[in-house]
Parts: sequence; C-alpha cells; structure tokens
Amino acid sequence: MKTIDVLLAEHPFFQGMAPGYLEFIAGCGRNVQFEPGRYIHREGQEANEFYAIRHGKVALEIFVPGRGPTTLQTLDEGDVFGWSWIFPPYKWVFDARAVELTRAVAFDGVCLRTKCEGDAQLGYDFMKRFAQMVAKRLDAVRLQLLDVYGTVERR
Amino acid sequence: MAEAPTGVQTPASAARHAAQRPPAGLLPASFRVTSRRRETRDTFTLELVPVDGGPEIRFEPGQFNMLYVLGVGEVPISISGDPGRPSTLVHTVRSVGAVTRALCALRKGDVVGVRGPFGSAWPVDAAAGHDVLVVAGGIGIAPVRPILHRVLAQRARYGRVVLLYGARTPADLLYTRDLEHWRSRLDAEVQVTVDSADRTWRGNVGTVATLIGRAPIDAEQATAFVCGPEVMMRFVAIALQQRGMAGRQIFLSLERNMTCAVGLCGHCQLGPYFVCKDGPVFDLPRVRPFLTVREM
Ligand SMILES: Cc1cc2nc3c(=O)[nH]c(=O)nc-3n(C[C@H](O)[C@H](O)[C@H](O)COP(=O)(O)OP(=O)(O)OC[C@H]3O[C@@H](n4cnc5c(N)ncnc54)[C@H](O)[C@@H]3O)c2cc1C
Repeated sequence: MKTIDVLLAEHPFFQGMAPGYLEFIAGCGRNVQFEPGRYIHREGQEANEFYAIRHGKVALEIFVPGRGPTTLQTLDEGDVFGWSWIFPPYKWVFDARAVELTRAVAFDGVCLRTKCEGDAQLGYDFMKRFAQMVAKRLDAVRLQLLDVYGTVERR
Repeated sequence: MAEAPTGVQTPASAARHAAQRPPAGLLPASFRVTSRRRETRDTFTLELVPVDGGPEIRFEPGQFNMLYVLGVGEVPISISGDPGRPSTLVHTVRSVGAVTRALCALRKGDVVGVRGPFGSAWPVDAAAGHDVLVVAGGIGIAPVRPILHRVLAQRARYGRVVLLYGARTPADLLYTRDLEHWRSRLDAEVQVTVDSADRTWRGNVGTVATLIGRAPIDAEQATAFVCGPEVMMRFVAIALQQRGMAGRQIFLSLERNMTCAVGLCGHCQLGPYFVCKDGPVFDLPRVRPFLTVREM
C-alpha cells in the first residue's frame, strides 16, 4: 500500500511541494473512505479536518428551509475541501456528503496548524495553495450565481 | 434603345430583373411540422419536412436557418439534427420572446417558413485524427449536437470524444435520451453539470468550466467546440487555455441578433465580421477582442 506522502505527491493540490514537506505533513494525514450517501461532516460541527479527494465524488450541501438540502457544488478526484479548520471558530459552514464511494486523505487540522505555525515557510507554501484553490472556487461560484442560462432582459 | 420583346432577356433587362428580385436566400420555403417534442419547461424540438416534397436542406454542423412564423416574425435557429439525415430538419427552440414563443406553440401539421442554411460550420472534418472536446451550456447544446452525430457516425476517424454539458438544473437538461445513449457508448465520455440541484441528482454541480481540468483529452492536439452564453464561453476559453490549448484549437459559436442572415443589413456586425455570414462559428483568435464587447 502506498504511504501517505506518496499519495500526496500524486495529488494535484500538493504538486511541486518539496518532498521533505510532504513527509512532514503526511504525519497529520490518514486514509479514509466514505460509503455513498454518508455525511463526512455537518454544518455547525467542529471543523477538525480537511480532505484531499483521491477518488469519488463529494457534494457540498446546505439546508434551505422550504427547499430541503441543496447541493452547491460537487468535488471530485484531485480536489480538496474544508478550510474552516484554518480560522476560528473552526466550525463547518456546509454539509459534505459522499455521492459515490469516496477515498481521501483526511488531515488533522490541529496537527497541520501546529506544523504551519512552527515553520513559516511551510505555512506560506500551504496557505498559497489554499488561497489559489479558494480563489478558483470563488470564481466558479460567481459564475454559477450569474445564472447565465437564464433569459437576459433586452436593453 | 428599344426594349427587347417580352420573354427575351437582354443583358440590360436581366440586370434590371436581378436588381428587382430579392437576393439569394431571402425567400422562405414552406416546411410542415411533423413532430413537436417538449424537451423542458420552455424548450421544444420541432421536426420539419418540405411542403409538397420540395427540396430538402443539406447542412453542415453549426449552420442555422431563419424560421418564419406568419404574422409574427423571423428568427435565427441552429440546425440541431443529424447532418447525415437531411430529409428531416430538426430545430430546438427555447421560448424567450414573441417569435420563439410562436415557434414553440406550433402543432403537428402547421406550416413554417424556412430560409437557409446560413453561416459558417464547425470544422469537424479538420478535427479528424485528433481528440474532440465539445463544451455546451444551456440551449448551446443544440448547435453542437450535429457535431456529435457526425463524429460518432465516423468514430474511427477521431481520437477521444468528450462532451461537457452544463445546464441550470437537472430539469433544464435537453436531449436526455441522446445523453443516455452517448454515455452508454464505451467510446465517448459525457460529463453533465448543473448550477443547482437537490439530493436526487447524482451528477456534478458547478459550472461547466470546472469540468475542463479533468477532461480526458490530449490538450496539445485536441479541437474544442464551444457553444453557450457568452459569459460561459469566456470562462471556458480561459480554462481551455489553462489546460494548454492554443486559441486556434478553440472554436466558438456566437449568437448576435440578426435580421437578414445574408450579410446585408449589418444587425449582427461584430467588428469587421457579420455573425450571420462570417460566423456564427469562429476560432477564438478572431473573436477574442469582441467577447467582452456588449451587443451593439
Ligand atoms: C446564429 C444563431 C443561432 C441560434 N440558435 C438558436 C437555437 O438553436 N435555439 C434557440 O432557441 N435560439 C437560438 N438562437 C437565439 C434566437 O434566435 C433568439 O432567442 C430569438 O431571436 C429571440 O426572438 P424572440 O422574438 O422570440 O424574442 P425577442 O422578443 O427578440 O427577445 C425576448 C427576450 O429574449 C432575450 N433573447 C433574445 N435573443 C436571445 C439569445 N440569443 N439568447 C438569450 N436570450 C435572448 C431578449 O433579451 C429578450 O429578453 C440563435 C441565435 C443566433 C444568432
């Protein structure tokens, strides 16, 4: 079986990260698997982890009163999710549910935070990757919000 | 100079007649509706055949016709059927205003005026030997469906064939039977995504541009055919270039309001181009400067 640092080296989020750092943060990760339909975390729960998806599909959902659970976005192999562990109050903002059998590396947020704070260079590298991912996700969500497939009012 | 006897054409009278006759492509032919299928809440697919066995319309993928509803008006609508079966004309129409509403309300047996085919085609033949990536959003699936018909009919000529299709919700997906059929083939990849969905939807949620990073194509040599709202196409073009595709490998179909469809009236002018005759299909380098320009 592949060790966590090898799995991370194959994951797009960690591409180009120095091997020494991969080994260092691999100590915070473990292999996890979620059956289809299973909730990985629920809104409001304590956010202790973040996940690098190796295989499968995860839906980020929010419960809309009167409409029920609504999927905001799905994430697949090569994506990561969960950034609520970085900042207080460390609570999940959405539900995350496995749509298909999903395999991921789950990272312990406290362990990661400690390592990032102890090594500013690692912390910077890590935060740059997160910032890039968050910006990309934000662009995508903005486009989604535009409702581009709706009809346009003629001027 | 004396006028030539009636029925004898001199060069001068021929020229005068030609000036009185409407330019080629301005007269509609009558077609009868043989089938009308509801695709979604606001979108219908019409099948048309020439009235009284008139000539069929042969077309290339990407071309459009002007459809004319008597007493209401005329609009450009892409041909969305199989170019290998030109005996029936297929158009998918989304009801957004007076003319498209009238088209969607047509019944079997009704007659509609058709002018065409007009416009440039997707360079499907030139893509032979390479991977084909089709990216469609909303009603933009209609102008690209003939690409899939053509490519899948000549499957061995192409590399990998991938369709990425985005819609507003699962209920807004068009051609669900075709999607199922293409998905069931082992030699084509179909990825569908919607902007929002409830839990019964097991597919992707997110914009179609997010699917491009994972599309199984060789970006260096693939050809991409993109059709959808212009904002979507802008983001898709960015994502394709981030994947390593050059502008000349990317083709877009632009929809600008048009009236004559034969390059006379100037309604659809986009910089130096007329969308109706130079387009609607353009390669990215030609239209990049205009993609952010508002309709004039
Ligand atoms: C080359 C080309 C191919 C086309 N192919 C198709 C097709 O296959 N199927 C199809 O349903 N439509 C297609 N269209 C768009 C179609 O021509 C327009 O929807 C139609 O002209 C609208 O006319 P209307 O009288 O129904 O509405 P209008 O009264 O002219 O407009 C009503 C409302 O619809 C909006 N609207 C108008 N045009 C568009 C548009 N292009 N996109 C989004 N909103 C619009 C207006 O802003 C307005 O709010 C195509 C357009 C072009 C230029």
